[in-house]
Amino acid sequence: MAPVETAKAPTAKRARWRDSDLWWSLKRSPLAMAAGALLVVLVIAAFLAPLLAIQDPYNLAALELWNAELPPVWQHNGQWPYLLGTDVQGRDIMSAILYGSRVSIIIGIASVVVSLVVGLMAGLAAGYIGGWVDNLLMRVGDVLLSIPTILMAILVSAVFREILPTDLRDGFAPVILIIAISLSAWVQYARTVRALAMVERGKEYVQAARLLKVRPGRIMRSHILPNTLTPILVAATLNFGLAILIEATLSFLGVGMPPTEPSLGTLIRIGNEYLFSGQWWIVVFPAIQLSLLVLSVNVLGDWLRDALNPKLR
Amino acid sequence: MLVFLVKRIFNAAVVMLAVAAMAFLIFRFVGDPVEMMVNEQTTQAQRDQLREHLGLNDSVFVQFERFVVNAAHGDFGISYRNQRPVSELIAERFPATLELVLVATILSLLIGIPLGVVTAIHRGTWYSETLQFGSILGVSLPSFVVGIMLILTFSVTLGWAPAFGRGDVVHIGWWSTGFLTRSGRASLILPSLSLALFQITLVMRLVRAEMLETMRMDFIKFARARGVPARRVQFRHALRNCLMPVITMTGMQFGNLIAFALITETVFQWPGMGLLFMQAITFVDIPVMAAYLCIVSFIFVAINTLVDITYAVIDPRLRHQGH
Repeated sequence: MAPVETAKAPTAKRARWRDSDLWWSLKRSPLAMAAGALLVVLVIAAFLAPLLAIQDPYNLAALELWNAELPPVWQHNGQWPYLLGTDVQGRDIMSAILYGSRVSIIIGIASVVVSLVVGLMAGLAAGYIGGWVDNLLMRVGDVLLSIPTILMAILVSAVFREILPTDLRDGFAPVILIIAISLSAWVQYARTVRALAMVERGKEYVQAARLLKVRPGRIMRSHILPNTLTPILVAATLNFGLAILIEATLSFLGVGMPPTEPSLGTLIRIGNEYLFSGQWWIVVFPAIQLSLLVLSVNVLGDWLRDALNPKLR
Repeated sequence: MLVFLVKRIFNAAVVMLAVAAMAFLIFRFVGDPVEMMVNEQTTQAQRDQLREHLGLNDSVFVQFERFVVNAAHGDFGISYRNQRPVSELIAERFPATLELVLVATILSLLIGIPLGVVTAIHRGTWYSETLQFGSILGVSLPSFVVGIMLILTFSVTLGWAPAFGRGDVVHIGWWSTGFLTRSGRASLILPSLSLALFQITLVMRLVRAEMLETMRMDFIKFARARGVPARRVQFRHALRNCLMPVITMTGMQFGNLIAFALITETVFQWPGMGLLFMQAITFVDIPVMAAYLCIVSFIFVAINTLVDITYAVIDPRLRHQGH
């Protein structure tokens, strides 16, 4: 354990963090440190997109056709300030990537939050109440998991788009994606929490609370839930990477974000059309950005799993 | 044992019925089937006749029952877009997907197992650490990004391998194979590699974990003490004991890989079931979508059930556990 630093008289919270096993483990894992730093940079850059980007890629009036198909600056014919070149409409690739990352990250976070909330509630209900509630929820989960995740997401996305009127389709695309991703993602949380809740239910502190006539909702929320959070945290981190990956895949396949509000997957889909005509930069840079994003999340998730596993210490 | 068998098969049947219900709901309620099949010149009388002919006026339960019975007989109706039986379309595309998935599976074992052994035996060396990091890379790289990068490198830049299609195929009965022609084999290289990459990392991680576990066991120590050469201990004694879980996982992943192949097939314009499905989505060809969902889920569920049953046959303890 790291010694408590007293030199600068940090606040209590900070001291607790510095003294924690997590920080101790992070300091000893350069790969996780690098991944964490990279993720922070990518996320901040994405959310500051309107400030950092040299043009608004959604505003068609801002695009200049005579600047179309410029290669990256370090290549012959490359032009400042189009650092990573431009696409066939004269859109700056760098700006498109920044805005696209923001779309991807927001959908990723929203999917994790939605599936986490649904999964925690379902898992607690199944584990604590048991009986038919448990049976029903777990069978629904079984069915959802018996269809491959990616197929499920594509189908849900395609069906919702078909049901919605055409003029609403693009506007609702992020919502559809979040539903499509969360639909099978919640099951994992529910199963984990259920198993833990069943164990916790039999312990003395829960029995004591029950004898004191604490309401079941409160027992689940303030007594059982906090004791199930560690594995959930690891699952949520890894699922964040997975959510970004599924979103990108759906958008790449044409059942995700529309070209008017492209995510990284949409950008790769657009760039893929110029693969054989020599404008490699239109597809390669969004692809690299997407890979870096998912990679940094996965490295962090891997590290977190090991760091929070007391058996590995 | 019989009780377990019946229970497990009953479970699988319930899951399949639920999947069929989902496919039916999509088929019946996403858009009006009659409107999808007719053109503007069709009169109201013809529409009504078609509605009656398709049985769309019957109660929903009768329709669902008919859907399930027909599906069980391999009849998924007529494709809206091609005006041909869906079963015919799928049968045409099935060999392409199966060959792709098969080659990818074999590749993943051929590459994944040795990598797993090496990283387990030489733990802590720089190349083992690099491979270990590479395995996170393999999980993180989106499948379509891998495909695009392979095309960009080996087709566009180097011109070594074809970037799309299946090359020439040879028909043997209703089966079409790309194994027997040169262009067919060349066309398989990039798609199967791109599909296999994720699987390779899975196999490698599993073999590594199993090897580390096995190498600590007593029989390995005894073999060493007996003076058996290190290589022989590693490959003959240890690796053999790791293969069972690897084979199980490969089997369980097979269904997943068939579903995953739809991404690879789209990138490489590989004429398999997945590409058919993606085209069906573009044209809202509902019968094809419903059929694909049912078939892939069926393969998925059938394999999982089979693995569970095999395990129960091998290990009697599993037969009496809760579910």
